[in-house]
Amino acid sequence: MINKVSTAAEAVAKIRDGDLVIANFWGPGSPAHLWRALLDHGAKDLTLCINNYVPKADVLREKGTPDPSLILAQTKKIMAAFTSIRAEEVSPIAEVINKRLQEGSLEFESMSHGNLVERLYAAALRLGGIYSPIGVGTVIEEGKEKRVINGVEYLFQEPIRPDVGLISAAKADRLGNLVYHGTARASNPIIAMASRYVIAEVFEIVDPGELDPDHIVTPGIFVDRVVRIPDDDPVGRERRREWIMASIKFREEQNAKAEAARRGDA
Amino acid sequence: MKDRLTDELTAMRAAKELAPGDYCNLGIGVPLLCVSYIPEGVMIQSENGVIGYGPVYENDELDLIDPDMIDAGMRYFRPLPGMAFFDQLTSFCMIRSGRLISILGGLQVSEKGDVAIHATSEENKTPRIGGSMDLAWGARRLIIAMTHNAKDGSPKVVRNLTMPVTAAACVDLIVTDIAVIKVTDSGLLLQEFAPGWTPEEIINQTEASLIIASDLKEMEF
Repeated sequence: MINKVSTAAEAVAKIRDGDLVIANFWGPGSPAHLWRALLDHGAKDLTLCINNYVPKADVLREKGTPDPSLILAQTKKIMAAFTSIRAEEVSPIAEVINKRLQEGSLEFESMSHGNLVERLYAAALRLGGIYSPIGVGTVIEEGKEKRVINGVEYLFQEPIRPDVGLISAAKADRLGNLVYHGTARASNPIIAMASRYVIAEVFEIVDPGELDPDHIVTPGIFVDRVVRIPDDDPVGRERRREWIMASIKFREEQNAKAEAARRGDA
Repeated sequence: MKDRLTDELTAMRAAKELAPGDYCNLGIGVPLLCVSYIPEGVMIQSENGVIGYGPVYENDELDLIDPDMIDAGMRYFRPLPGMAFFDQLTSFCMIRSGRLISILGGLQVSEKGDVAIHATSEENKTPRIGGSMDLAWGARRLIIAMTHNAKDGSPKVVRNLTMPVTAAACVDLIVTDIAVIKVTDSGLLLQEFAPGWTPEEIINQTEASLIIASDLKEMEF
């Protein structure tokens, strides 16, 4: 009988020093419970592949929610498609990254969000790489082979095949079949298909047969471990709303400050 | 100093470019404000994985939010009939399909329609490209909604970009807080001015050469 249900600690125990780990870093679809397990696990020299900043780390810590930016202490390289949020919003993770870059203790590879998903797609299909039209003539071009195909310029992009994919879904069964809710689907399905070892955290585990086969987005074959977030965990069903509300309040305050500063400048 | 349009009014003017049946992605900043002025029948796409979503919740309605329904600007939105969720691979297939109109913010636009959207600074040494390269490259029509001048007063509509390029020769229309400018093969065409502004005053705030349209008119909202 296939049973992939496990605790977070058991599931992350397989992660090794130096692994390439990918996950949505923040917001709906980010595996907050697994980030904490990875922190506790203490794997070092990780390469992190992420797509956004953590804008409100202080609020997270205050509410007992795991702050993924702490994982930077265990990281030697970041591959990222950070969002172009407004210049005045400098998040704590950006400060840490800048400091580490200055020290020369961190490698950083920048890409567009589309580059990230296409490179994962290439890995999922086990392609040798792809020619992408995105980034020609930009900072992305540096060190990449350029090729003209039918009159259009393309850049060669290598696949990203993560050792570990940490994902988040709404519901699972013990076979690892997953369904998602809302925008929390994010890049989780493609992370599941591209990664060698996949851990899914979910709010609910149901019996096989209870998920409508027509609605399963990630079939269980792509998932190695399923971890249920306890309801009373800070990121669990019951308490999740609490810190989301605190985060919204914090953001409003930051926006008001930025707006006041902007008016002051003008 | 002369009055310029507020961000809300700039967004309102940019939103007038959309018509029922259009699919549109709104970038972070001024473009996201367009969401309040979009005509009915326009489907808004957000690159994190939703299309056809409704207006965002106001601060006094937060008990209504669904924590898993958020746009790329991290704002919680109302569901709408016909809305669809998808993963980000599907999302970027959509973005590069040539079926979407993109309204994005900008730091600089050149005479040739090159655009700089991401930049690095002392505080942010890593380029924050996000989805901007894909959105600019893949759009059926690219509209840049931004202030006409930077905080230090320097023009943002320039001959050649001095900031890192995000996408080359992609921009179709520039909507600023003082003007509407169309990018054409023969150069930048000044089509509309903000209330109270003359073409000469706009030219003085612009580094690139502007051709004055024969049907130049005051902006309407």
